[in-house]
Amino acid sequence: MFGDYSLGDLGAIFAMQGFAGLILFSVYLLMALGLAIIFGQMGVINMAHGEFMILGAYVTYLCSTFFQSYLPSLFPIYFFVAMGLAFLASGALGMLVEWGLIRFLYKRPLDTLLATWGLSLILQQAYRSIFGAREVGVELPAWLIGSVQVTDTIEVPINGLFVMAVTLLITGAVALLIFRSRFGQQMRAVMANRAMAGAVGIDTDKVDRTTFGLGCGIAGVAGSAFTMIGSTGPTSGQLYIVDTFLIVVFGGAASLVGTIASAFSISQTQSTLEFFLSGSMAKVLTLLAVVGILMLRPQGLFTLKVRR
Amino acid sequence: MLQTVPAPPPPDVTPAAPAMLAIRGLHAAYGQSEVLHGLDIAVAPGEIVAVMGRNGMGKSTLMKTLMGILPATSGTIAIDGHDVTGLKSHARVARGLAYVPQGRMIFSTMTVQENIETGLTVTGARRVPEDLYAMFPVLLEMKDRRGGNLSGGQQQQLAIARALASRPKVLLLDEPTEGIQPSIIREMGRTLKAIRDARGLSIVVSEQVLSFAMDVADRVLVIENGAIVHESLRADIDEAQVARFLSV
Repeated sequence: MFGDYSLGDLGAIFAMQGFAGLILFSVYLLMALGLAIIFGQMGVINMAHGEFMILGAYVTYLCSTFFQSYLPSLFPIYFFVAMGLAFLASGALGMLVEWGLIRFLYKRPLDTLLATWGLSLILQQAYRSIFGAREVGVELPAWLIGSVQVTDTIEVPINGLFVMAVTLLITGAVALLIFRSRFGQQMRAVMANRAMAGAVGIDTDKVDRTTFGLGCGIAGVAGSAFTMIGSTGPTSGQLYIVDTFLIVVFGGAASLVGTIASAFSISQTQSTLEFFLSGSMAKVLTLLAVVGILMLRPQGLFTLKVRR
Repeated sequence: MLQTVPAPPPPDVTPAAPAMLAIRGLHAAYGQSEVLHGLDIAVAPGEIVAVMGRNGMGKSTLMKTLMGILPATSGTIAIDGHDVTGLKSHARVARGLAYVPQGRMIFSTMTVQENIETGLTVTGARRVPEDLYAMFPVLLEMKDRRGGNLSGGQQQQLAIARALASRPKVLLLDEPTEGIQPSIIREMGRTLKAIRDARGLSIVVSEQVLSFAMDVADRVLVIENGAIVHESLRADIDEAQVARFLSV
């Protein structure tokens, strides 16, 4: 498959596909972070996670049109506002869902699967009714359009760089939150032993609700970033949820480093293979590789070594 | 062999002081099978009470019910005059209850310091108080190690420090001697009494080891099939009689 390309061409292709993979990596990572936090703490597999992401994308779309019509002078910075709002909207919806639905099902993990799947259908239909079945795209401010010419054959898009910077920032913030803050400490305690966390004085219900909101909020930001690389439709979230599950399982649940490493390897493999093969073949090969590795390491890529 | 010890009329050993922990008619059940059949226990401020009994007699169930991990089916639990029966675990901790569970249950992936800090939640304090580390110097030495990598005795100290961090009025310990070597058990008895003397808190400890109970407790209760069948102050305890309750 490499036959028709010169060595220089191949280098450029790998570099550019690698960069495209990095943008995919950003969206995957943000999605997987939220999913992993929620799964790690509450054992809830949130099938509606993709729809929380799409909510963020729609919020970004609304922001883009709002700023275009009413505040054109501030249009260049609307994306920052949109990301904040996306986080708040998805986070608030997440907390509402936890309060109204999930908390009754903590002792029935299979039912949460069904319930969140039902929720995802409801949300999809809601999006269809509100925003229409047609996909929508956002208008990017001028400074995000265009690309940086690195060499004659390699150029990287600016919006991609922006998405990556945002992802790095959020991942860093999440890591700080989990490992340095008082709330993160309570989260980890609840994750380790729920009954005992309550018995040392931690309000586990409150921690659960906040964690669920946080996970969904990060998905909202992922949706915001997603608008730069794809158009938003009611069912766009579905395309990403399976890959995100794959990343969480592959990385080893509840391991931040594992999630990052697995999001990176899966997105890179997929992006590079997609150039040479068809998209579905790329997916098949990626899946096969992941299944193979998981058979050898069922606990995922990274786990903590500690006496239990 | 059939036990023919007549259930003695409960001797009037309940201290006159108002109870720090008052349990009245406490029933608890796992699903349909009732484990505690109406317990009445009162613990005075600064008193150490040992609850003794063989495996499966309801000691741990009593502890879990007091802590709110298992709901009481009827009866009341009050701490310092406040009814906590309907409260969740964390709210009971805020009312002054602290718990060192069987098997210690420290958060194994978190560092020693972080483990203690989880106990600070209800106090709002941010830093581990100096006096806790002074009480358990080994924990200061190991404050950045993961809790799971400590030895059993060190984990036990960590679990006690974590419980004390919430400034409790009543400390519950569930079989603290389980899996701990004898020299450390004696040390632990001294520590518990020192904690009681320093902070004036009440301690309820469930035990199978009679020598340990005799060492620390002011009063010994024997629980059998979910009911208190024997009660005596340490001063006038009949060791042989209690030992008979504990023999299998």
